[in-house]
Amino acid sequence: MGFFKLSRRDAMTMLIFIALVLLAPIWLRPFGAAYPDLLQKFAIFGLFAIGFNILFGLTGYLSFGHAAFLGIGSYTAVWSFKLMSMNVIPAVFFGTLVAGLFAVLIGYVSLRRTGIYFSILTLAFAQMCYNLAYSVLTPITNGETGLRVLQDDPMVIDGLFGVVQEGSPIGNFFGINMQGYPAFYFCAVMLIIGFFISLRIFRSPYGLKLAAIKSNQNRMKYTGFNTRPYLLWAFVISGMYAGMAGSLMAVTDPLAGAERMQWTASGEVVLMTILGGVGTLIGPMLGSVLIKYFENIFSAFNKGALHDVFAFMPDWLENLVVAVVHPFVGEGWHLTLGALFMVIVIFLPGGLMEGFRRLSRLRGRKPAK
Amino acid sequence: MDAIFLQILNGLDKGGAYALIALGLTLVFGTLGVVNFAHGALFMLGAFCAVTFQNILTLSRKVKDESITFFDAYKEIPYLEIWFGETGMAIIDWAVPLSLLMAIPVMLVIGLVMERGLIQYFYKRSHAEQILVTFGLAIVLQEVIKSFFGANPIPTPAPEIVAGSANVGALFGLGDTVVYPYWRLIYLLFSLVVIGAVFAFLQFTTFGMVVRAGMADRETVTLLGINVERRFTVVFGIAAIVAGLAGVMYTPILPPDYHIGMDFLVLSFVVVVVGGMGSLPGAVAAGFLLGILQSFASMNEVKSVLPGIDQIIIYLVAVVILLVRPRGLMGRKGVMED
Repeated sequence: MGFFKLSRRDAMTMLIFIALVLLAPIWLRPFGAAYPDLLQKFAIFGLFAIGFNILFGLTGYLSFGHAAFLGIGSYTAVWSFKLMSMNVIPAVFFGTLVAGLFAVLIGYVSLRRTGIYFSILTLAFAQMCYNLAYSVLTPITNGETGLRVLQDDPMVIDGLFGVVQEGSPIGNFFGINMQGYPAFYFCAVMLIIGFFISLRIFRSPYGLKLAAIKSNQNRMKYTGFNTRPYLLWAFVISGMYAGMAGSLMAVTDPLAGAERMQWTASGEVVLMTILGGVGTLIGPMLGSVLIKYFENIFSAFNKGALHDVFAFMPDWLENLVVAVVHPFVGEGWHLTLGALFMVIVIFLPGGLMEGFRRLSRLRGRKPAK
Repeated sequence: MDAIFLQILNGLDKGGAYALIALGLTLVFGTLGVVNFAHGALFMLGAFCAVTFQNILTLSRKVKDESITFFDAYKEIPYLEIWFGETGMAIIDWAVPLSLLMAIPVMLVIGLVMERGLIQYFYKRSHAEQILVTFGLAIVLQEVIKSFFGANPIPTPAPEIVAGSANVGALFGLGDTVVYPYWRLIYLLFSLVVIGAVFAFLQFTTFGMVVRAGMADRETVTLLGINVERRFTVVFGIAAIVAGLAGVMYTPILPPDYHIGMDFLVLSFVVVVVGGMGSLPGAVAAGFLLGILQSFASMNEVKSVLPGIDQIIIYLVAVVILLVRPRGLMGRKGVMED
């Protein structure tokens, strides 16, 4: 069982991670984030970002098209619901698999180029998927309406076992309906598995090779090392993570729409990874949780709510503060996101993890003085 | 034959917009070495210059409507009409072309501020970081515009005199079926003029010569005691103006909304890559070429053979070109090859 062997430190990391994830409904309560819908989002986008980090963080290849895999995973999962069974296991399995197949194709072509060309190629493929999903592929994707599971869908396997759907179809895990906390725990288990695999990759010789490609690909090639297959694997693995995240989206809400594939969605996962810290283990998870958390809080504010928050101030100050803050919340949440993006890239390119490292170094130095 | 001719024309005006944006992108990339994802936002800002100018011209006062007698009715009459009568109306009618005058200084300032305020700190950073920070900037600009002008497209009509369509077919001895809006013809001519002006500027002025020399070998030019960086800042301003003008003139064709820039940006990047990173003629040629290809792909005859091709043709071409000719159509050796 060499695969499960971890160094003591990694084992600790893993245990803490598992504890944090599983106990999230409890320790996130004081932050007002302990309700299932949001927790599911944390887990799903965490998985997405962790996978993206395997490509971007380890190899330095910046893909601007990962949302395509997210969308493909969602569509496949919904089709698996429609054709086979409302059980979520086949949905996640096929969602991941099909996204992986697409990743092989797209990666094989895109990885022939590096740098910005690679970014543009992945962007081009993602935009192709998005445009096609909206136009010609409407029979498969149901266009703008979005693909949803209907009562009269075949669901062959469910039919064999005599499972009857009542009401609107909901994904289930051998009888447990995938809503609320059960759905979160399903996503959480997937997240833990994903995190574990990512940890193993980071610590493996394979991960080292990827990191070597990032630091100097030419030198790797000069030593007679064919980097292409390793890069392709990294691309496919991260594509599969995205596919799994997409299928989990479909699990928690059996609906798939093309807007998940838009390139702004690809930009979002880049932002999550950068915010947390590119190339670190925990960073992407941290980034996605923070972004989804603040998105949830900020976009709920409107002018009235703001006035309530700042009600303790004198009236003139209150009005001033509300006027300043208002464009950044509610509808203007994207403005905050964009500004945050810039601030992080400008001042803290290593993300929050680098910030923590700097802080701890500062603290370590003080006693020496 | 008529249909083919019409499609070429259709492609040319869109191609003109692509070419103008791609020209600015390439200029910035060739000189400053910066991959600017906020260039589409400059196009959008240009378009909103036109909107703002139109709004300023049509500032109105509420006046009692005398023609309605049974109740008090009010109508809004622009100040310009009150002060200048017919002439004022004509000025409002010509809002879009006139806003070019406002757009040039505004875009220049925006470009210079952007370069000095942000971009200059990113010369030495990696391309990935440049992409990310300008992507963030693009989102910010876009959201600021959204908070001022709302999310809906804002109609900005062309002057009435050019609102109709030209019978281009008769001009070339083709059938009467080839009719084409005047404004699109104007746009095509306009883009050609701007492209010509930029090339002439680079080719025939001393300033342009230094810029070209700096593009070819920055170090040597610096060693000769020339402050290349300051000139490159101006180049960024020029690129911003070009993008802005492209945006202003495009407003009658497509009413601008806040994400018009992003829509064009993705395509323009593809155009730049197809043309060859760092090649100005390549960017222009690829812009027109892809515009025409796109309009051909949207013909019903083509769509019936290859459904959906109109949606993906540009990306498809980009993929093929990048794989067959990795440097693009006219790319130089050694640009962006690490």
